Amino acid sequence: MHHTKKTLLILAVLIIAFSYYNFTIYTSKSCYGKIHLSQKGIKGEDIWLKNNCNSCHQLYGLGGYLGPDLTNIYSANGKGELYIKAFVNSGIKAMPKFNLSEKEKDELVQYLKEVDQTGYYPNLNAKIRSNGWVNLKYKNHDYEN
Amino acid sequence: MVGLTLNTKTMIMKTNKYSFYFITAGLISLLLGLLAGLLAGFQYVIPDFIKETLPFSVLRPLHTLFVISWIFLAAIGGIYYYIKKGNQKLIIGHFWLFILTGTGIALSYLSKNFEGKEYLEFPSYFYFPIALGWILFGINYFRTMLPAFKSWPAYYWMWGTGIVFMVYHFTEAHLWMLPYFRDNYIQNITLQWKAGGSYVGSWNMLVYGTSLYVMSKISGDDSYASSKKAFFFYLLGLTNLMFGWAHHIYIIPNAPWIRYFAYSISMSEWVVLFSIIYDWRKGLSKEKKATYTLAFQLMILADIWVFLNLFLALLISIPSINLFTHGTHITVAHSMGTTIGINTFILLSSLTYILELENPFIQLAQNRIKVGIQIFNGFFLGFWIIMLVMGAKKGYWTFFAQNISFAEFQDSLHWIYILFTVFGIGLLVGLYIIVYELLKNIKGIINRVD
Repeated sequence: MHHTKKTLLILAVLIIAFSYYNFTIYTSKSCYGKIHLSQKGIKGEDIWLKNNCNSCHQLYGLGGYLGPDLTNIYSANGKGELYIKAFVNSGIKAMPKFNLSEKEKDELVQYLKEVDQTGYYPNLNAKIRSNGWVNLKYKNHDYEN
Repeated sequence: MVGLTLNTKTMIMKTNKYSFYFITAGLISLLLGLLAGLLAGFQYVIPDFIKETLPFSVLRPLHTLFVISWIFLAAIGGIYYYIKKGNQKLIIGHFWLFILTGTGIALSYLSKNFEGKEYLEFPSYFYFPIALGWILFGINYFRTMLPAFKSWPAYYWMWGTGIVFMVYHFTEAHLWMLPYFRDNYIQNITLQWKAGGSYVGSWNMLVYGTSLYVMSKISGDDSYASSKKAFFFYLLGLTNLMFGWAHHIYIIPNAPWIRYFAYSISMSEWVVLFSIIYDWRKGLSKEKKATYTLAFQLMILADIWVFLNLFLALLISIPSINLFTHGTHITVAHSMGTTIGINTFILLSSLTYILELENPFIQLAQNRIKVGIQIFNGFFLGFWIIMLVMGAKKGYWTFFAQNISFAEFQDSLHWIYILFTVFGIGLLVGLYIIVYELLKNIKGIINRVD
């Protein structure tokens, strides 16, 4: 019985803190960099989702591991637009062919181009600190050095 | 007197019939989830294997759908059983909503109809029946339990909290579809993993609450579940649920305070359950251990997996280690160690506790389950270790050997993938033996009630 009041009080404090925290995460204009997806990029993301590309590929290391990470595929040496389209057209190993129209392929490439602009993965130039923390190398903005 | 007891018991059983339906559906989901996982594993070894009919992009979401359904359905079935007096119409409505929605999602995946983000790849209209199912569960739970809420032990708080936060975070996971959020990719990926991390925390509230309940009942002593320590851990777990999710996205280029904050909180999460189980084991008599042999053995195995995962979680929550382990199978080892190693053992312990009460196993069935547990646990340990090896190799390739192409790197792991699949087959066989015996026992109970 005596736990109930204390528990409710702590719960109330946690919920107030959680509400403020969520409000900040949802509304912040400065926490996520300056790159926004264009309408064409959003259509490309729809194609990415409709074909569940994320089940095999990762963006920022998040996704399935059967295929490679594609965060910076657009700007990688010797890769880019034609390389992406060739794999979509032909498939390889466990990757099936995808029958996308030229317009859809353009939109998908646009999406990957804009994702590429948001940052690096793997973050090869991240700085490891002696306390275990890692300072990321940012592409468009700089929060820490 | 005996007649009255039996009548009362039969009445309670009839009220709880749907809790056994939930549990049965959960066990069948587990079987299907393992099958989908194994087929997906084959594609690592033989890339062309059924790739046109059931590609990896279909098998992976099916695998996660069924395994997560197992955790939900078994936890919910157990809770309905334990609270006993729920509204039957709401329980039936909840059951059929989840079964029909789950079937619809599976069919949607099989027909390659995807729309959502990772782990929630289904078309967005499925959001509504799922959320409604959780709301019905919440209405039923709070209507049944609130009258006695002043004397709630910690596990009732955990279950109530898990239900409320599941509705919230499941909704949050769909916010990216709103125009306000849609074009900000980095905010979306941050939100996606915030919601994902927190709804895992929500179902952990259901599962850890179940473990605390089962441990209290096995020991016949509810005092620990009402102690200051149990409440401290409950509130610490809730703090983690709310704020400790960002170790998934240390590598995302968002503001560092988001990651700093999560780092400082997430380290405490595993100590919660470890301490609870440790304290409970210390105080348990030999007689009680003998009465609930299987439930006890399974809870001890959960304890071992808590220890292994605690160690791994602590390591990969350190950003300088996470930098190398992120995006590798070490993360999968952690998530599978949690869902299969901890959650599954706790839920199997809960189910065997219920079945040992309702329809005690004959010796042969008990022996078979014990063999199944040994096979499952042994092969799962191998499976877990192999994933750590695969993850270490991927981390090395990512940072130090990118002159080798991804295809060449995958080929170099061929024999490791074969071992990975063999261990996968082994753990599937072990779990199938256990699940078969449990389903046989449940069928006996349902037939008796009908």
